Amino acid sequence: MADLICENLSMTFTNPQSGAAVEALKDINFTLKQGELLSILGPSGCGKTTLLNMIAGFLNPTGGLASLGGNVIEGPGVERGMVFQQGALFEWLPVSKNVDFGLRMKSTDAEESAKLVEKWLDIVGLQGFGDTPTYQLSGGMQQRVALARCLVNDPDVILMDEPLGALDALTREKMQSLVLELWKETGKTILLITHSVEEALLLGERLFVMAPRPGRIHKEYNLPFAERGLKESLRDIKQDAHFSEVREEILTMIWDMEEEIMGGA
Amino acid sequence: MLEWLSDNRAYVAAVVIIMLVAMFIGSIVIGRKQTALTAKDEVFGDPERTKGGWYWAVCGVSTLLLIWFYFSWGVGRAYFPQAANEMCQVAKLEEVISPIKAALPLGSRYYKSTLLVGRNDVQLTTLRNDFPANAFSAAEQAELKDLIVQIRSLIANSSNPTLLNQKTKDELVNLSGQIRALGDELRAGSRGLTPTAEALAQPKWGISLTEIPLLPTTSKGVLFDNVSAKAQDLTSFFRKVRNHVPVNERIIADVRERIKVLKATNEAGSFDEKTDVARKAYVKGVERIFRRLDDGNIFPAASLDGLNAAIADLDAAKDEARGSLRFVEAVFFPGQGVVKSRTQCTEQGSARWLPKPTDVVATFIQLANPDLENGGGYKGTTLLWWKWLPIADVVGFFFPDWVADVWPGEYARHSADGTITPNFKDKLLSFAQGEVYLGSIPMFEGHIWDSLFRVLVALGLGILLGVPLGLFMGVSKFFKSFFDPLIELYRPVPPLAWAPLILTIFGITDDGKIFLLFMVAFAIMVISARTGASGTQLTKIRASHSLGATDRQIMWNVIMPNAMPEILTGIRIAIGVCWGTLVAAEILAGTTGIGFIENIARTVSNYELIWVTILIMGILGLIFDLIMRWVIDRTIPWRGKG
Ligand SMILES: Nc1ncnc2c1ncn2[C@@H]1O[C@H](COP(=O)(O)OP(=O)(O)O)[C@@H](O)[C@H]1O
Ligand SMILES: [Mg+2]
Repeated sequence: MADLICENLSMTFTNPQSGAAVEALKDINFTLKQGELLSILGPSGCGKTTLLNMIAGFLNPTGGLASLGGNVIEGPGVERGMVFQQGALFEWLPVSKNVDFGLRMKSTDAEESAKLVEKWLDIVGLQGFGDTPTYQLSGGMQQRVALARCLVNDPDVILMDEPLGALDALTREKMQSLVLELWKETGKTILLITHSVEEALLLGERLFVMAPRPGRIHKEYNLPFAERGLKESLRDIKQDAHFSEVREEILTMIWDMEEEIMGGA
Repeated sequence: MLEWLSDNRAYVAAVVIIMLVAMFIGSIVIGRKQTALTAKDEVFGDPERTKGGWYWAVCGVSTLLLIWFYFSWGVGRAYFPQAANEMCQVAKLEEVISPIKAALPLGSRYYKSTLLVGRNDVQLTTLRNDFPANAFSAAEQAELKDLIVQIRSLIANSSNPTLLNQKTKDELVNLSGQIRALGDELRAGSRGLTPTAEALAQPKWGISLTEIPLLPTTSKGVLFDNVSAKAQDLTSFFRKVRNHVPVNERIIADVRERIKVLKATNEAGSFDEKTDVARKAYVKGVERIFRRLDDGNIFPAASLDGLNAAIADLDAAKDEARGSLRFVEAVFFPGQGVVKSRTQCTEQGSARWLPKPTDVVATFIQLANPDLENGGGYKGTTLLWWKWLPIADVVGFFFPDWVADVWPGEYARHSADGTITPNFKDKLLSFAQGEVYLGSIPMFEGHIWDSLFRVLVALGLGILLGVPLGLFMGVSKFFKSFFDPLIELYRPVPPLAWAPLILTIFGITDDGKIFLLFMVAFAIMVISARTGASGTQLTKIRASHSLGATDRQIMWNVIMPNAMPEILTGIRIAIGVCWGTLVAAEILAGTTGIGFIENIARTVSNYELIWVTILIMGILGLIFDLIMRWVIDRTIPWRGKG
């Protein structure tokens, strides 16, 4: 079982000039079982991105460790796919070449990768766009390409840092459905950062609300909405009383945190 | 066809000029109409207003060409093809009488005699005031002072009209009369005069090396030519006229003797060094002025008035005889007209350094003609042509000889029967030296190709070495810090400042120029590739890591394509700078190339050729830039669309 485990994970940034230390994260502990969908929410600067970067292997923790399937994470790897806010697509390549980038890097057989690319473009709803240059795509389509590029590599965990943050409301809703669909169909573990409370509730089987200074997990929720979202319309779920209740609770929580920061600053 | 056009380029120009004037007027008419049409829906300052407007482009180009035609005398030559020949004949007369004129107020404000008197007087006064009293004995001082008085009296006697000798007087009167007779001849006009067959057979204006035909080709020209031939005799006569005043003869002989005595004393006496120098210098000064006065070049002012008036009359007659030519010259030949020098008539002013457009085209056609035997090309090399290049030459260039040297074994020796059997090592050597025939490929050749070749090879090497280094410098602390000082030390030095050193080390062969240009291109490519590499978005790098790419794969599949816009812009800049540097390097040293042609053209003052090379360089530079712009548009279409 490829569980993602964080044990006392900590990160302290030291400013090389002033020597001042920022405790971005302190003693993060959690276990994410295979196939779980976790969303992380928190005020800006509470260390969400830092946490994700450590799991992805871009940053080395200053304390504790993270492991996936029993292997300690010591650098980036194909088993942990990344989706960034702004696609981070290779604009000099057409869509299909972006999607099969990972396959080409491991010299996969051309025919096989062409099949895989077609399959995943189909799944993310981009059939027929294989030869389109990426700079001609809309923001939503670019994120679909990014998802396909990540999934074609068959990672165990998908890490998303505010993947839908830059999209307009309508596109965003469609993409939220897509993420839920992908989660169901692939059974991948997904860790998704967002700053939208609604999104966190909709796309989180589990939900961590993080608090800043030092960055830590403030409260954890187990939510039914993601499961429901596979069958019901997302808009109906948002009308749900339970949904509104939790949303208000979290909003108040974050509001208080922000107050505290402002007051402290 | 080309030859006919070249020989009749004045007529071609006449047609072209009419077309240009029509275009100029037509474009203004269209432009005004269009402006009136759109005036309602435009406001000042709206950049949209600059869109379109080809008619103003036509107007601008035709204006430029018309200005060029006008100031290069292209208009004058097109519509007054004989004018320059006539101006040349007039210039002949002016050249011929210029020695007489120069001695008169007409030519130089003062009589030459007046200037001589003035100068001698100043120098005599200086001599008397700066007398080195210690160097001479009292007797010698008196003697020198008296000598100065005597010399002054020479000037006074020469200037005195009553002392003027009769022969000189007659000669001057006679000369004035003959000059007036020439004026009358000019006034009588050119009726009945005809140019000689030889004159009519001369090449037309601008066709041969002597730009303007020397022999008169019109009756008016014949008149001036005749008159100037006669004036030549008068000038020679004038040069011999001297004013030898009888009283002066005695004084001259006396002074000469006395100076001789003083000089002898100077030689014989044993003075200390300082005194010796002072004595010799002073006596020499006195003698110098005396020498200038003993040849009878000073005339009484009144005796020359007649001559001055006669020359003024000749000038007036000349202007009358020129008639319509005066008007044509003033309107169509801006500048200082035509001047006759010893052997030829030359255009002066803007026409001298600004060749006519038609001549530039003719020079270009001649230069572009690949037929070297029949006057094509330049200095034994075509402008741009092709040849069969033996592949062995290329191999010999790239395949180093030392490969054969280090090959195991010995080179063959001649055997006892006096024969040589080459072994493999020998064959390898002759291969490396390009002696093995491997067939031929068609290849460009010529001055333009030589220049292009240098730029392209240097640019290619610069890209090949500079881009990888720049990319590594963009991502690696070691590469950045290690190579940065190296490049930043040589890069700020203007490339031309390196040229003398590098050309001295490498000699005038291609290697030196290529190396110089390589230095230029290399620095630019390193810096642009580095800028491009260090500008790669972190998320792209991280995404590629997560997609399983190795460091090397990221380098070539992510960082390099990401730096492509900067690299291509770098190439575009490098081409421009290399091109500029190359021409200068070829001017400094070289035996082929566009810059070489320009340099030779400069030394022989061939303005047409200079302009042709300038135009070729401009056009090639433009073509480079257009190609690069096209390449940039094709290869990085995402630019500005992120
Ligand atoms: N490279 C870094 N150097 C120093 N401080 C950093 C660095 N990256 C992040 N931080 C600090 O760590 C804290 C958490 O940052 P981040 O993880 O980006 O927050 P979030 O993504 O939740 O908005 C912030 O206070 C930020 O200033
Ligand atoms: Mg963040």
